Amino acid sequence: MTATTEVGGTGASRPEVGKARLRKEDRHLVTGRSRFTDNMVLPGMLHLAMVRSPFAHAKITAVDTAAAKSSPGVVAVLTGADVAGEQGSVPNVWPITPEQKGPDHPSIAVDEVAFAGEVVAVIVARTAAAARDAVELVDVSYDELPVVMDLEEAFTDKVLAHTSLESNLSATWVFDSAEAGTGSSVQEAIDNAEVLIERTFYQQRLIPAFMEPRSIVVDPTGEQVTMWSSTQVPHIARLMVALTLGIPESKVRVIAPDVGGGFGGKLQVVPEEFITVMAARRTGKPCKYTETRSESLQAGHHGRAQVQRLKLAARKDGTVTGLSVNLLADMGAYLGLIGSGIPILGAFMYNGIYKFPAYRLECNNIFTNKAWTGAYRGAGRPEATFAVERMMDELATELGMDPLAVRETNWIRHEEFPFTTVAGLEYDTGNYEAATSKAVDHFDYEGLRAEQKRRRDANDPVQLGIGVSTFTEMCGLAPSRVLGALNYAAGGWEHAQVRVLPTGNIEVVTGTSPHGQGHETAWSQLVADKLGVPFENVEVLHGDTQISQRGLDTYGSRSLVVGGMAVLAAADKVIEKAKAVAAHLMEASEEDIEFVNGSFTVKGTEQSTAFGDVAFATFSAHNLPDGFEPNLDSDATFDPANFSYPHGTHLAAIEVDTETGHVGILKYVCVDDVGVVVNPLLVEGQVHGGLAQGIAQALYEEAVYDDAGTLVTGSFVDYLVPGAADLPHYITARTETPATSNQLGAKGVGEAGTIASTPAIVNGILDAVRHLGVKDIKMPCTPSRVWHALEEAKTTGGVR
Amino acid sequence: MASSKTITVEVDDVSYTDDVEPRLLLVQYLRERLGKTGTLVGCDTTNCGACTVHLDGVSVKSCTMLAVQADGHQVTTIEGMATDGRLAPLQEAFHQCHALQCGFCTPGMIMQSASLLTENPHPSEQEIRDGLEGNLCRCTGYQNIVAAVRSVADGTVYGDSGVSTTVGETETAGVS
Repeated sequence: MTATTEVGGTGASRPEVGKARLRKEDRHLVTGRSRFTDNMVLPGMLHLAMVRSPFAHAKITAVDTAAAKSSPGVVAVLTGADVAGEQGSVPNVWPITPEQKGPDHPSIAVDEVAFAGEVVAVIVARTAAAARDAVELVDVSYDELPVVMDLEEAFTDKVLAHTSLESNLSATWVFDSAEAGTGSSVQEAIDNAEVLIERTFYQQRLIPAFMEPRSIVVDPTGEQVTMWSSTQVPHIARLMVALTLGIPESKVRVIAPDVGGGFGGKLQVVPEEFITVMAARRTGKPCKYTETRSESLQAGHHGRAQVQRLKLAARKDGTVTGLSVNLLADMGAYLGLIGSGIPILGAFMYNGIYKFPAYRLECNNIFTNKAWTGAYRGAGRPEATFAVERMMDELATELGMDPLAVRETNWIRHEEFPFTTVAGLEYDTGNYEAATSKAVDHFDYEGLRAEQKRRRDANDPVQLGIGVSTFTEMCGLAPSRVLGALNYAAGGWEHAQVRVLPTGNIEVVTGTSPHGQGHETAWSQLVADKLGVPFENVEVLHGDTQISQRGLDTYGSRSLVVGGMAVLAAADKVIEKAKAVAAHLMEASEEDIEFVNGSFTVKGTEQSTAFGDVAFATFSAHNLPDGFEPNLDSDATFDPANFSYPHGTHLAAIEVDTETGHVGILKYVCVDDVGVVVNPLLVEGQVHGGLAQGIAQALYEEAVYDDAGTLVTGSFVDYLVPGAADLPHYITARTETPATSNQLGAKGVGEAGTIASTPAIVNGILDAVRHLGVKDIKMPCTPSRVWHALEEAKTTGGVR
Repeated sequence: MASSKTITVEVDDVSYTDDVEPRLLLVQYLRERLGKTGTLVGCDTTNCGACTVHLDGVSVKSCTMLAVQADGHQVTTIEGMATDGRLAPLQEAFHQCHALQCGFCTPGMIMQSASLLTENPHPSEQEIRDGLEGNLCRCTGYQNIVAAVRSVADGTVYGDSGVSTTVGETETAGVS
C-alpha cells in the first residue's frame, strides 16, 4: 500500500518514515520550560506599549506626548513624526498586477489613520505596567473622516478608505481559460447552458487567533540587531527589517524560538516588529513588546473576507460546462506582506477536483477601513473550495441528483492523471474514487440517508443532513518559477544543511520554521532512514537566521514537501562525500561502494565500514583521499517542479434543531490523501486541528465591525474560538497516492482539514433544512441565523 | 500608584515573601517576579485558560486573581507538576497522545485536566469536554487532549486502552 519502506533508500533497516514517532518537541512544553518570546528577560530591558487609534478613519491633527513623557518609568515616547526619516513603508511583496495600488503604510501613523487599532504613538518604559499607564496620557487630536466598512459598498468608491487614493480598488486580476488556452469560453457555456446556477457567497472575516499573542524582543547591541519574534517567517522578517529600516542585512539576526501557533497569522511582518527595532536602536537598550489579545484581534491580520459571485453552467445530466467567478476581496486598510496574493492563490482552485471545460475568474482587491487581511490556514483555497462545493450541491439539488453522484459525474478519474486543469495546473496524481469510497464506507452513507428520510417523514423537530465535500489544493509553495509568473517577489525554494559530527551524530539545519508542526521529529525520521543513524542521534536546528542562514520559512504546507526534500537532498550529498572516504579507507574504487543499512560496503565482498567510522575518520583527517576537505557537511536547496495536490472526501452528518436553530455534528468522517506519510501521528494532529478551524468558520467565528469601524469581536468573549465541548469526535482515515513532484511522494497536510470541512458542514446544514424552504445561510451558521432562515422560509412558504 | 503589600505564598513547595503592588495579577507575579514562565498569558479576558494554576489544589485562572489574594495560600504551577524529574501522568499522557502541537495552551490544559480528574476521577468524554471548556486550543482540535485525559482516568497507556481516535490505517496505537 505504501512506498514508505523504499523511501529511506540507502539507510535504515527499520524505516522510520511511516512510524508514529512521539514528538521530540514535547518535553519542555509539557513541563513549562518553554521558550516563548514573552518569557525572555534581558538585562536592562525596556517595555513598549502602543497608543492605538480609536477611530477607523481620521486625520491626526496633533499628538501631545508631554504628560506621557513625564510619567514615572517612561524612557521615551515615539510618534510617527519622530521616526519619519527612519520608517520605510510596511512592505507588500506581491504586486499581483503591475498597476496594483496601495497607500503608504508607516509603522507609526503620521497624518492619517485608516483602521481602529493603528499605532499612533509608542511608549517605551522601564516596566510593562509603566508603559501601559502612560498610554492613557498621550493626547491625540483627530478629525474624524467618513469610513467605508462594507466590501460591496467600498467597490462603489462612494467613500474612500484613504484620502491619498482616488479609488478603493487596489488591483483587478483576471484569469480566462479561453485567453489562457486552458479551456473554452465561459460566456459560450453560460449562453448554451441547460442549467444555470447563480449564487453569491460571503466568506466572513476570520481571525487566525493563534494562542500565543505576538511578542517581540529586540537587543540592539552595537550595530547588530537581534530580534526574537513570535513569527512563522524569521528569514523573511530579517530581510524586511533590513529593507524597511535601512539596516544592512548582515547586521540583522532574527530568532523564532518556541512559537505558539501561526495559521498564517504570523506570516506577516508587522509594524510592531519595525517599531520595536526602532525603539531599541534609539534607546540603545533591549526592548520588548507583547501584544494583548485585544490588540492581536484588533490589529493583527485577518483572513478570508471575500464576496464570491458565481455562475455555474451545466447540462441536465449533471455535467458542468463552465464556471464564472467574480470576487471582491477585502484587503482591509493596507496591503499586508502577501495579502494581495491570497485571493489569486484561490483562483487556481475554483475548478476543484473537476474537469470543468471553461472557467473565468475576475478578482478585485478592495480597501476598507478595517484591519488588513492576509494568509489564514489554507489562504484562498478554502474560499475557492467552499464556493465550488456549495455550487455542486446546488446543482445536485436543481437536478434532483445525489450530491456524490454529481461530483462523480465531473471529477477527474484516477486513470486520467496527470491532468491539466482548466485553471492551468497539472495535477500529478490523485484517486478521488478511492477516497470517496472509503469515506462512504466509514460514514455509513446509506444508513444515514435512511435515517434522514425517517426524520423527514416523521417531521422530527431535529432534522438530519448529510454534508459532502471533496477537495484538492495546490500546496507546497514553490515552484519559484510559478511564483515569479504570479509576480510574487521571492522564490519558493527551501534550503537545508546536514552536518555530520565527529561521532556520526547528525545536525540538520532547516530553512523552514515550525510553530507546532513537529519538524524536529519528522526531519529526524527522514534523516535517520537516509543515513541509517538512530532517530535519537539526529538534532534539528531551525528558526535562527544565524544558524539557518537561508530559508523561506513555514506556510502553505510547504515544510515537508519543499523543506523536507531539501533535507533529503542534503543527506544524499553527505552520502556521496562519505563514499569517497569509505572507498579510500577500504582501498576500493568509489564506484564499488554501496551504502546499505548505515554502512558503506564494497560490492560483492564482506568488507564494510560504518557511517560513524567514516565520520570519525573524516574528522580526524589522518587518512583521507588527496585533496579531500575533512568535512562531510552538505547543503542543498530544493525547488520542486510542481505543486503538490493533496485531496480528500469529507462527510458530515448534521443535526439541525428546527425549533432552536442549534446545529450539532452527529458524525464527521474524513478521508485525506496526503501522499506518503512520514509520521501518521503528526498527520492526524494536523488534520484534527485543521478540522477544528474549518468547522469554526462554518459555525462560530466571525470578525464583526460596527458601522463606525470598531471591532465588535475584540476579545475572546465575542470572538468565538470553539472549545472542547463545541467540537465533535472526528473519524479520520487516509488513502495514499504518492506525489510525483518530490522523491518522498509526500503532499502536505496542514491545510487539508480546514479547506474541506467548512463546505461539508454548511452543505450538511442545508441538506437538513432545504426541504423546509431554506435556500442558503450565511456563515457562521449560528443558532440565530439558522432559526431566522427557518422562520423566513415559513413565511415565504416556497419549498424548492 | 498604591503602596505595596507584603505577601507570603508557597509556590511549587517553596515559600516566597515579596512586596507587591495591589494591582499585580497573580500570573504576573508568577512570571515576572518568580520566573515561573511555564504559566502563560493568552488573553486579557480570562477566556483562554493558558494561565491556569492550582490554588490550594483547585484550578484557577491566574490572570483573574491578584497576587495579594494568594497571600497565605499554596500555588502549584506546571513547573511543580513533574517530581524528581519524572513527568506527572498527565504530562506523560499529553506526550503519548500527541495532545499538543505548538504547546502554548498545554500548561493550562494540564493544570485544568488535573483539577478535573481530582473532582471526577472517571469522567465521560462529554464530561472531559465540558471540563475543558474554559481552556482554548487552536492546534489539536481537542480530540487528542480528550484522549490524554481519558487515558489517565483509565490508568492505561494510550493505544492499549481502546481509546482509538481514528479508524482505518491511521490508528495511532503505535507508541514508539
